Amino acid sequence: MHNKIFESYQPNDRSSLIPLLQDVQNIYGYLPENALRDISDFVKVPLSRVYGVATFYNQFRLTPLGKNIIRVCRGTACHVKNSANILFALETELGITAGQTTRDKNFTLEVVNCIGACSIAPVILINDDYHGRITVKDIPKILKKYQTVNKTETAEASK
Amino acid sequence: MKDFNQLCCEKCWHTTDKPCEHFIQCCTEGPLCHHDEKCKQEISSLRKRLKYEEHDHPIIMIGMGTCGLASGAAKVKEAIEAELKKLNIEATIEGTGCIGYCAVEPIVDIKLPGKDRVSYQEITVKDVPRFIKTTLVDNQVYKEKLLGSHGKSNGIISLKQVPFFEYQHKVVLANCGVINPDSIDAYLANGGFKAFDKALRLMKQEEVIKEVLDSGLRGRGGGGFPTGKKWELALKQKSDQKYLVCNADEGDPGAFMDRSLLESDPYRVLEGMAIAAYTIGASVAYIYCRAEYPLAIERLKNSIAKCEEYGILGDNILNTGYSLHIKIKKGAGAFVCGEETALIGSIEGKRGMPKPRPPYPSNAGLFGKPTVINNVETYANVPPIIMMGAQKFASIGTAKSKGTKVFALSGNVKNTGLVEVPMGTTLRDIVFKIGGGIPDKKEFKAVQIGGPSGGCLPYNVIDTPVEYESLKEVGAMMGSGGFVVMDEETCMVDVAKYFLTFIQEESCGKCVPCREGTKRMLEIIERIPKRYGTDGNKLDQLQRFKGMIHLQRLADVIKDTSLCGLGQSAPNPVLSGLRYFRHEYEEHLYDRKCSSGVCKELLTFTIDNELCTGCGICIRKCSVEAIVGEKGQAHYILDEKCIKCGMCYETCRFKAININ
Repeated sequence: MHNKIFESYQPNDRSSLIPLLQDVQNIYGYLPENALRDISDFVKVPLSRVYGVATFYNQFRLTPLGKNIIRVCRGTACHVKNSANILFALETELGITAGQTTRDKNFTLEVVNCIGACSIAPVILINDDYHGRITVKDIPKILKKYQTVNKTETAEASK
Repeated sequence: MKDFNQLCCEKCWHTTDKPCEHFIQCCTEGPLCHHDEKCKQEISSLRKRLKYEEHDHPIIMIGMGTCGLASGAAKVKEAIEAELKKLNIEATIEGTGCIGYCAVEPIVDIKLPGKDRVSYQEITVKDVPRFIKTTLVDNQVYKEKLLGSHGKSNGIISLKQVPFFEYQHKVVLANCGVINPDSIDAYLANGGFKAFDKALRLMKQEEVIKEVLDSGLRGRGGGGFPTGKKWELALKQKSDQKYLVCNADEGDPGAFMDRSLLESDPYRVLEGMAIAAYTIGASVAYIYCRAEYPLAIERLKNSIAKCEEYGILGDNILNTGYSLHIKIKKGAGAFVCGEETALIGSIEGKRGMPKPRPPYPSNAGLFGKPTVINNVETYANVPPIIMMGAQKFASIGTAKSKGTKVFALSGNVKNTGLVEVPMGTTLRDIVFKIGGGIPDKKEFKAVQIGGPSGGCLPYNVIDTPVEYESLKEVGAMMGSGGFVVMDEETCMVDVAKYFLTFIQEESCGKCVPCREGTKRMLEIIERIPKRYGTDGNKLDQLQRFKGMIHLQRLADVIKDTSLCGLGQSAPNPVLSGLRYFRHEYEEHLYDRKCSSGVCKELLTFTIDNELCTGCGICIRKCSVEAIVGEKGQAHYILDEKCIKCGMCYETCRFKAININ
């Protein structure tokens, strides 16, 4: 599946390591071990180094993701506007801590340093939708939207 | 003619294979190689259309930057399209970037033929039917949501009179929110690439450097190193290959000016890069942009492709023999990669770890070749300098800091958004005149400048002018331009803790002072607002005070001995806190109180029996079952169980929960 990606890169070129990791993560949502091995062979960099790069940058994940990714912005402006409480509320609502995925694989909760939408702080990003100026009260309503979507989907799938 | 890349007649021959050196001039003054009234007419009418000066149908412009989209601009656009269809009105809809006034997004502009362009604020989907009817059918002004007019309309407030814009001086942001960022033609029609054209064809490399040196432009990434000097060093290096890098890895929490610039006016950044690359003799340039900015990356990709299609980038640009290829590298989310040597490591495919300097990148940088790295905003300043001349640029600002500075105004302030002010403007003006002060009648407490490496400045230094040196004197720094306003409900100990947590997580771990020092410093700060058992464990108290005694020295050592800027500036939030908000630290330490009501562990939550209706929402919300009470009766909080999360306070509809 990820071998197609290699076609657009030069082999043995160390500088394409990070773009390769990014592309592979775009396919799977995380970096599977066998993909890391393939990348290591392709760019001729020892696997330990590839692992070193993959663990250094915040963007890369070595575990699979849930269906919906919730990114809570913890930038300065959001922090000043109580994003810590938003994060706490999400954690209690979903029963997981930041960085984890719910049991039903529906939500992954992540913390990001700054989304760059400080003007509408506090912000959370669910998949690609921004939810700005939110309060703790809004959270159940927002989460419901993503849960119901999935329920109808599964209902349709079971039909 | 649809666009400038189309040939006006057989006599015109500009293609990428056979470029015409007058192509850019032609777009605004054309045609130059032959005299033909028809061609002249065509080009000038295209230009007027692109500048919205000539059009038959109304034009509707919607701010589609990240801030606009986050406020629901896409839905508004859909609603407007549907409404136009319903009413059978023909109109052009254009997406623009962010004009800077993010607090009142979505902003929609209406331009009727032969009239001035008028901006409206906070247009929601509900507004759309009446808004369209008022503006397009009745040709009236939709007064309820009026922001201002771009021209000098009679009877309508001009945008320049709106307090938010009145004190700004737009040089870098001149096109932001005004032109369509996706259209290279709109950029060309508004005089785009003229500076690049001038530099490439009429100026020697040394002349460009002299111009930039005379303008007094200093690095807008925060360091403040003279840009011209950096270029000069790189130009003097003899090498078969040189590189140019644009640092768009805006990792500072609370800063978003690079994102806005790249989204609202990508061509200007590319033009600045092209001028710089020509000046130092680089044939390959990289833009290192955060992966968290998908929209900016998308726009850059399209813009680069367009430039290559028009022959403004690529091989043999404008038949001068100069070639330049710009590539995008997506950052993978490490704050330290904003440091130039770490950024180079990251592009090379390594862990982003800083290297000791010298050698400076201008001697041996990317792949060991001479490299110049500048921030997005620095490049965006270059075209205006070339166009208006160093003298005029240097007349803006102060003796040592020239030009303007873009700040990302956020936090507890009424008008959040992007502001561009001349250097030397006081903090007071930015917070109160442009920002409109603090919302909800709360007191101003501090302003945080320069991100994690900056400091918090209190009210008594609010008349400090914005300059590289004066900000350093008061214990902050220019940084990249994050400007977070904080009110009385922000606790300074908590802010210091927040920044240290960030720095400690983002420290790359290469040098000991930063890796270990920030960790210990964070531990000391974390101990301050911690609640210990009611028995008042003496050992904990001792640890807490011992830490505080050593804090200053620890901060100084980290500052003096760290390898890169991240570590050297890491103690700044703590140092500025100790300098200006000592009383707050002392209150936390001695009285064990947090009067801002932030440090949860020092608070006690109680329920006001008078106000509590016994609705039971707080019981349901409490994750540790610390609230008891019958339905319909006043509830109580069991202090020994309470974890001070504040959920009950957030959810109570009767304000019955007190924090003290």
